[in-house]
Amino acid sequence: MECCLLDFCDGFYGCLRNISRTSSTGMHAVTVFILACFVGYYVVWRVTPALHAPLMSVTNAVSSVIIIGAIIAASQNLYEFPRIFGFIAIILASVNIFGGFTITYRMLRMFRKNR
Amino acid sequence: MTDMLYLTSAVCFILSLKGLSSAESARRGNLYGISGMILACIASYLALDFSSALPTMSAIAIGGGIGFFIARIVSMTSLPQLVAGFHSLVGLAAVLISFSACYAPGLFGTPPCAETHIVRLIEVGLGAAIGAVTFSGSVMAFLKLHGVYKGHGVSSSTNMFIALLMCSLFLYFVYAGDTVAFIALAALSLLFGVTLIIPIGGADMPVVVSMLNSYSGWAASGIGFTLNNDLLVITGALVGASGAILSYIMCKGMNRSLWNVIFASKQDVAANNAILSETRSYKQGAPEDAAFILKNAKSVIIVPGYGMATSKAQYALKEVGDILKKKKICVKYAIHPVAGRMPGHMNVLLAEADVPYDDVFALDEINRDFASCDVALVVGANDVTNPVAKNDRSSSIYGMPILEVEKAKTILFLKRSMGNGYAKVDNELFYAQNTMMLLGDAKKTLETVIRGIN
Repeated sequence: MECCLLDFCDGFYGCLRNISRTSSTGMHAVTVFILACFVGYYVVWRVTPALHAPLMSVTNAVSSVIIIGAIIAASQNLYEFPRIFGFIAIILASVNIFGGFTITYRMLRMFRKNR
Repeated sequence: MTDMLYLTSAVCFILSLKGLSSAESARRGNLYGISGMILACIASYLALDFSSALPTMSAIAIGGGIGFFIARIVSMTSLPQLVAGFHSLVGLAAVLISFSACYAPGLFGTPPCAETHIVRLIEVGLGAAIGAVTFSGSVMAFLKLHGVYKGHGVSSSTNMFIALLMCSLFLYFVYAGDTVAFIALAALSLLFGVTLIIPIGGADMPVVVSMLNSYSGWAASGIGFTLNNDLLVITGALVGASGAILSYIMCKGMNRSLWNVIFASKQDVAANNAILSETRSYKQGAPEDAAFILKNAKSVIIVPGYGMATSKAQYALKEVGDILKKKKICVKYAIHPVAGRMPGHMNVLLAEADVPYDDVFALDEINRDFASCDVALVVGANDVTNPVAKNDRSSSIYGMPILEVEKAKTILFLKRSMGNGYAKVDNELFYAQNTMMLLGDAKKTLETVIRGIN
């Protein structure tokens, strides 16, 4: 039983070692991700509650930055499916980008004019 | 060069969120967001062969035109639907990009070698699963908010089962890594998104919308891992954190855990209390009586709720406030964190009607003032004012922080009918001695009140 557990741990550890050694880029991305989570946490807590709706719409627009991936997929000529899907993804994401920023602008204009 | 642009863009996005910390800097924040997005797009085009740019740019123009048009015409009342709809697009785009990455492993510059293979598959699978849940969940939220679809119960055990199935399919995908497994995983995630949102009721929508906001961020991060792109990882994490914090604030506003909102069914409580409400007597008044009471008050606190949004009464409400102010009566607005159907919904509607935001107060800023105010004017809010939340341990909303409307000398309650609120809990306030019920459409009632005051 004990032996079995040890084996398992050993295997698991080996697997982790393998992953971390072979993908230093992956570890880099995890580092960036976690740090960014902290930045997001502290920045968003300072947002005033009255502006929570614009916060949602602007984050929604900003998250469409995945359009970068769509542009890469749509701009190559090697694979047919990814190109088509890339195009669809570009359209979807840009609806979001333009729509999200426009609606945020509309909302914030309301908050400003009654100052 | 590309990396520099990506970095600048990420900084712009952070500044954009930071700008929202005050109404003055908020518009600058939006501009930061827009410039960050433009920089990101320029950077991605720089890395590519420019001859292929025309078709993709026209795709951006098409999508951008649609988005711009929708955002221009939509009314502020249906803001929650719009946001939910937009979230679904991010989710779908994430699924499509993940599929591309799975179908053509060399596409995003990551050479397919055996050892990084597993890591890559985990990333692709995560991106696809979160994206798919975001997509179908947001579509369901959109339909519910739009009133097209009224919820049925899906038992939480069914949801657990699907979630388990999803996990095992995810593991299989990481093991096998073929497109068939990918499609199966995406399809099951779509189903999970639907069954997750179906049982969640109307007043819990603020939580759902912000939760989906958070998911769309995590999906973007997932894509960032797949593409090895720091900008996407950072942006996704920012958005994910933002949505998570909003969900937390909303849950706290209802004194419930996220788990409870998503998995607990409230059906049984509903049956018990529905019978109770029909037998008790309440005092119903005419708008003219309300006008008289308001005219003779010294201070008035207005409490808007989702009912104000549905009857588009914010303009009439603002007019009432203005007339009272002219008569040297102190007017304040009190907004509960979960009033409306998305975070900050009421603030936007009041801002739309030109209510100065210095008059608008949050729950903890204004709760003390109810005791000293003459009239509390409640427009289409119910559960957030129910004193049962403080007194009755057996109540399903026990512990929820409420606006202490019951402490006001007189309470005017504008309501469509005597039906219960979302939580299906009878509101003691309706039957209190100092409460006057004004039943009917809030906008029409307020217009009559305005005529009465003049």
